[in-house]
Amino acid sequence: MTSPELVCPAGTPAALRTAVDAGADAVYCGFQNATNARNFPGLNFTVPELERSVAYAHAKGTKVLLAMNTYPPAGKQALWKDAIDTGIRLGVDAFIVADIGVAHYIATTYPDARLHLSVQAAASNPESIRYYCQEFGVKRVVLPRILTVPEIRNLAAEVPCEIETFIFGNHGLMVEGRCSLTNYITGLSTNLDGVCSPAAQVEYKRDNAGNLTTQLGEFTIDCFGCDETAGYPTICKGRYTTPAHDGGYYAFEEPISLNLSSLLPDLIGAGVHALKIEGRQRSRAYVKKVVSSFRKAVDDISSGRTAQLADLLALTEGQKETQGAFKSKTWR
Amino acid sequence: MTQHSATLAPPKFRPHLPVLPLFPLQPILKRIVRRIGAENPDMFNRLGPHTKARYLIDATNLPFTLLLQPDPENLSLTAHFRTSPPDHDARIAGKFLDLMRLLDSDIDGDALFFARDLIITGNTEAVVCLRNALDDVDGSIAQMVADMFGPLARAALARLRRVANKPVTKDTQ
Ligand code: SF4
Repeated sequence: MTSPELVCPAGTPAALRTAVDAGADAVYCGFQNATNARNFPGLNFTVPELERSVAYAHAKGTKVLLAMNTYPPAGKQALWKDAIDTGIRLGVDAFIVADIGVAHYIATTYPDARLHLSVQAAASNPESIRYYCQEFGVKRVVLPRILTVPEIRNLAAEVPCEIETFIFGNHGLMVEGRCSLTNYITGLSTNLDGVCSPAAQVEYKRDNAGNLTTQLGEFTIDCFGCDETAGYPTICKGRYTTPAHDGGYYAFEEPISLNLSSLLPDLIGAGVHALKIEGRQRSRAYVKKVVSSFRKAVDDISSGRTAQLADLLALTEGQKETQGAFKSKTWR
Repeated sequence: MTQHSATLAPPKFRPHLPVLPLFPLQPILKRIVRRIGAENPDMFNRLGPHTKARYLIDATNLPFTLLLQPDPENLSLTAHFRTSPPDHDARIAGKFLDLMRLLDSDIDGDALFFARDLIITGNTEAVVCLRNALDDVDGSIAQMVADMFGPLARAALARLRRVANKPVTKDTQ
């Protein structure tokens, strides 16, 4: 069985080195600005840091993929072009893009550069994926987390590029690249500014009984009882009151993480070329544990052994995990 | 944003430490924080606009709290009695061993938060910046501190690590 590429997150240079040392085939990362969809305070890479990190990764045979996966607003394209020019100069192995203008700039200015289509482009059918391949020479598509394994198998047979799927991490299910929930509440956009639920507008309040209220701007996202596990303050994971339900109701998705450990053989068999771990905003401890667990599992499966899968539940949001749409469209 | 001082909720469990005056601790803390700053000057860049923020580090099973101000011009870490916590912009609270493992990136902060073992209040952005700054420090900060104070401190750290890696039982909480 061919071994798929393990694509791992790196939010800081130390996390990048941790991912490389834990067995990543490729790491993905971004600059400290709106050109990538994890534009969080204190996270990401300066130009000198990325330069040193590319050297570190390449010395150990690991590729570096530069996330350039946000949509430049009118008049602000220079930031993206500058980041791309820098990425080329530093020798990154591929750019992960979502916007057609960004893809066009790379394809026409640097025709030898490798392009991966970000999940943020939400390309989920053969026609759309073929369009990106034909127009911009995209070599790989990162699929949105809305397809079953049989659907991925069919898709793989119909598109002229590699397929990458998420296997672990955040499970936010709005149409990726088009979610405006954060924008609605905070005025900042996940897709244009690169940040969902900006920390500056998040507030945690704890009462004397130990209940935890999470708030984004003026809106309460959830209230966790003292014996409940907690989740991120993202609107898609909020618990709301609606006339149709008694008590609080997770209207979109509950606090939960994707974990496809047990579907790995099926995904590899379906023709998936690369397996992606989400979590650039997570710690080195997360990177080390998740990357090394999946490294071992992928190596076992590729060598025909049954994978021994580590327990990753403690690292999942709300300490709950799901196989989401990969297993069944009716997972909720 | 500033939180007003308030008496912190009493911890559920405290080791049997005698109540000691805190003044002998202050120069030691100063030495520790200055050394960490000197050895990791890049760390401050990740703090962005929050180098003047006052972080209350509250190990809930210790009789005192710490106040950190990571200003590269005037780094400060001071101890305060739990009964009179100082003004602060953000509070990070959890069990001592968990906070120590967080500092060492031996445990994931989000996972602790999901499990409700980490309490964050106040300026969330300042806390996120501090987390990212510390997470980008290679190696072990706890080990560096232990090395500063010789074999006894190293032995104490090794013992703490053994306790931290044991399955959780009542007396390690
Ligand atoms: S609200 Fe949820 S789905 Fe929308 S951008 Fe944020 S994490 Fe993604």
